[in-house]
Amino acid sequence: MTDPQTPTGELLSVPALLARNVARYGNRPAYREKEFGIWQSWTWAEAAEEIRAMALGFMALGLKQGDYVAIIGRNRPAHYWGMIAAQMCGAIPVPLYQDAVAEEMAYVLEHCGARFVLCGDQEQVDKVLEVEETVKAVDQIIYTDRRGMRKYDHSRMNALDDVQAEGRAAAQRLGPELDARAAALDYDSTCVMLYTSGTTGKPKGVVLSNRNIIETARNSAEFDHLRQSEEIVAYLPMAWVGDFIFSLGQAMWAGFTVNCPEGAHTMMTDMREIGPTYFFAPPRVFEGQLTTVMIRMEDAGRFKKWLFRHFMAVAQRVGPALLDGKPVGPVDRLSYALGKLFVYGPLKNTLGLSRVRVGYTAGEAIGPEIFDFYRSMGINLKQLYGQTEASVFITQQPDGQVRSDTVGVPSPGVEVRIGENGEVFYRSPGTFVAYYKNAESTASTKDPEGWVATGDAGFFEETTGHLRIIDRAKDVGKMADGSMFAPKFVENKLKFYPNILEAVLIGNGRDYCTAMINIDLGAVGNWAERNNIAYASYQELAGHPQVYATIKEHVEAVNRSVADDEMLSGCQVHRFLVLHKELDPDDGEMTRTRKVRRAVVSDKFSDLVDALYDGSDSVHTETEVTYEDGRKGKISATLKIENAEVFGAAQGQKVAAQ
Amino acid sequence: MTQVQEQDGYVTADGRQIGPVLMDLRDITLRFGGVEAIKKISFDIREGEIRAIIGPNGAGKSSMLNVISGFYHPQEGEVWFKGYRRGPMKPYEVARLGVARTFQNIALFDGMTVLDNIMTGRLNKMSSGILSQAIWWGSAEREENHNREQVEKIIDFLEIQNIRKTPVGRLPYGLKKRVELARALAAEPQLLLLDEPMAGMNVEEKEDMSRFILDVNDEFGTTIALIEHDMGVVMDLSDRVVVMDYGRKIGDGTPDEVRNNKEVIDAYLGVAHD
Repeated sequence: MTDPQTPTGELLSVPALLARNVARYGNRPAYREKEFGIWQSWTWAEAAEEIRAMALGFMALGLKQGDYVAIIGRNRPAHYWGMIAAQMCGAIPVPLYQDAVAEEMAYVLEHCGARFVLCGDQEQVDKVLEVEETVKAVDQIIYTDRRGMRKYDHSRMNALDDVQAEGRAAAQRLGPELDARAAALDYDSTCVMLYTSGTTGKPKGVVLSNRNIIETARNSAEFDHLRQSEEIVAYLPMAWVGDFIFSLGQAMWAGFTVNCPEGAHTMMTDMREIGPTYFFAPPRVFEGQLTTVMIRMEDAGRFKKWLFRHFMAVAQRVGPALLDGKPVGPVDRLSYALGKLFVYGPLKNTLGLSRVRVGYTAGEAIGPEIFDFYRSMGINLKQLYGQTEASVFITQQPDGQVRSDTVGVPSPGVEVRIGENGEVFYRSPGTFVAYYKNAESTASTKDPEGWVATGDAGFFEETTGHLRIIDRAKDVGKMADGSMFAPKFVENKLKFYPNILEAVLIGNGRDYCTAMINIDLGAVGNWAERNNIAYASYQELAGHPQVYATIKEHVEAVNRSVADDEMLSGCQVHRFLVLHKELDPDDGEMTRTRKVRRAVVSDKFSDLVDALYDGSDSVHTETEVTYEDGRKGKISATLKIENAEVFGAAQGQKVAAQ
Repeated sequence: MTQVQEQDGYVTADGRQIGPVLMDLRDITLRFGGVEAIKKISFDIREGEIRAIIGPNGAGKSSMLNVISGFYHPQEGEVWFKGYRRGPMKPYEVARLGVARTFQNIALFDGMTVLDNIMTGRLNKMSSGILSQAIWWGSAEREENHNREQVEKIIDFLEIQNIRKTPVGRLPYGLKKRVELARALAAEPQLLLLDEPMAGMNVEEKEDMSRFILDVNDEFGTTIALIEHDMGVVMDLSDRVVVMDYGRKIGDGTPDEVRNNKEVIDAYLGVAHD
């Protein structure tokens, strides 16, 4: 692979980094978790003691070197410790998505052959027990939260506290072996195995070595000058590579504090209390926050509305320039300072973003308006581009060179090139070792020289050297008349409207494009409330004529802007419908990271697709849905299909199509 | 009648050990003027069990619960609680004995936060005087910290951390019911009375509530007596069921026994008119 970067001395594994942090930052807080309404904290020394007890306990239960340990639960210090403890024992941690249903979990548990499973609570234990009917490998189940667990058969099951207590008791007996196992870890031993979300098929197990994680953590921490004083909030799924890098890799390298919220639903309050200095969120979170702010502003008094609008306009004009250190006149500076006093400061505080020094968004394209909104308030929000196989970082935006339409320059230590077909390739110290038990996929993704195909089409801007991503390479297609079809481009434009949560563009190989749209219940529901529109269900609201009219306006506005783009003007939406249900990972329509599975959607809703193209005004459909507890049900609806106005050259296309 | 009357408890189908009789109601008759709301009803509630009272509207279920809670005092009959015969009592005296309840129509303080509402449930556990409460020093502070800790455990248990500081008036119905349960639990009752805990809830809220009721029983060992209309819920949740109709008891036993009882089927579950 690539030549090793400057040597990191003895720090060749996460446990080694932990030992360094104990020596260097011993009494600084390493982990915090809000429990029973109070932030509990652990210093590096205390955390190391807990982790060691856990590792000894695992060994006492018979964890062997090379075993796989699955971790299923929400972000809690104990779960991060469980991963490090597994590493100390020479085992490989495999974090899984906690909201996965049992059958998805069965595949992954079967595939990695995990002997130990660390579960967050009763719900996860139940799923593992259900899976055990088919997966035989699981030997020991360990759970963090005791609640409701008393009546279970404990012959192969333990509470984490008990495991730790046992470990402490066995310290003298097993200590030397544990030390030997931890010392045997080197740069090439596996640090973690993460499963891809599987946009296109079965998830693949990505094997990442200590080299991958530590080098990437070091490079990226240096890029953004991360220090031990940073505070982050760990709330993204632990199974996702980003969380592993931020909350474990970088936290270990830079020695900063990881804060775990009380639960997913208290996230916003907890964030306000912590005030993270380093923050990562997918565009969805930023969009959601902005929508909430806008909804609440709609309900504010006239003066407040005026104040907000006035100063946000000032911020839009001046904010980004200030952030990038460009010259700004004294008058503008003064009004920005006033705005900071009256609007931006309090707003940032409410959002918990007051102290953010570096913020990142990635995973999907972010709307320029949303991006600018945050940046204009003085939040250093940047974009990065990456994937699991690269240990996240491929490109990222340096301070002062931030734009909403690029994803930045190659990260330190990463080489990027564009293939002949426009596909982006990279090679880096973070490049994954292999797909687990899947040599064929490994070979087709990573060539012998270490170049990895991202599957995304993109190009470098000549003037700035920044990378721009167009779409998934295999989603880019051609329309019947040969013009380019890039669905993401149009979908993103649609999704930038707060009323639209998700959109799926159809049109590959067709005469014209159509779209299926999901409304955002928060935004549209609030609008309905303010306009006295009664509705009993999501379905009813989605089918409301006035909602259709609003969406139609949005679609036409998007068409107008798409028409300006010469290459993609053929992608204007001629006909659309509003879906009667939200696309949901439980139904397989999206991945757990909330990316639309195109093939599944167009297959599942094939009757709707047909109706979009056969010219009918409405279509009756029946859809199977999966409830949270895994049961199935059916909903049926009659959906209206609406025509939208198109602009420019596409007007002719429409006539030809009919 | 059931066969478990005189033994010292029994074991349920799912393996829970049910203890001795906690409350024994003997020949209870309750009249409002000339109306006999309850006619000579006897049954018992054993320690650790979930006991349901069902019946059509106006059968006297809520009156029965009010007798158990000590709010009504029956004209005839005896109420034995923890082996002692209970005379007429004030509600607070009953509460001190370890009985807590929730109400059919939510009875929370709308303007107060969830946390404060639940804290009121700890009232009986507070002993420091007005003066030391006012200066909030020493024992008063320790006491409040201890009470807060207990309340936080309940908040965690019922998964309402995110609304801890929200005024109750702003909450949706299902959550209010949960807050009410939390307040009742804060009193650390031995016997918890739930008056239609699922009334007006949707399926999902009902499922949540059922789970919480089972968890409370399981985790704290609290004995629960509940009134409920939803037959599915009652049959799934309870260990034994009392069926009332027009103030009379027409059935008593496990859900299966009750379900197959001819009189119960006729009176409550419906009878075909041909």
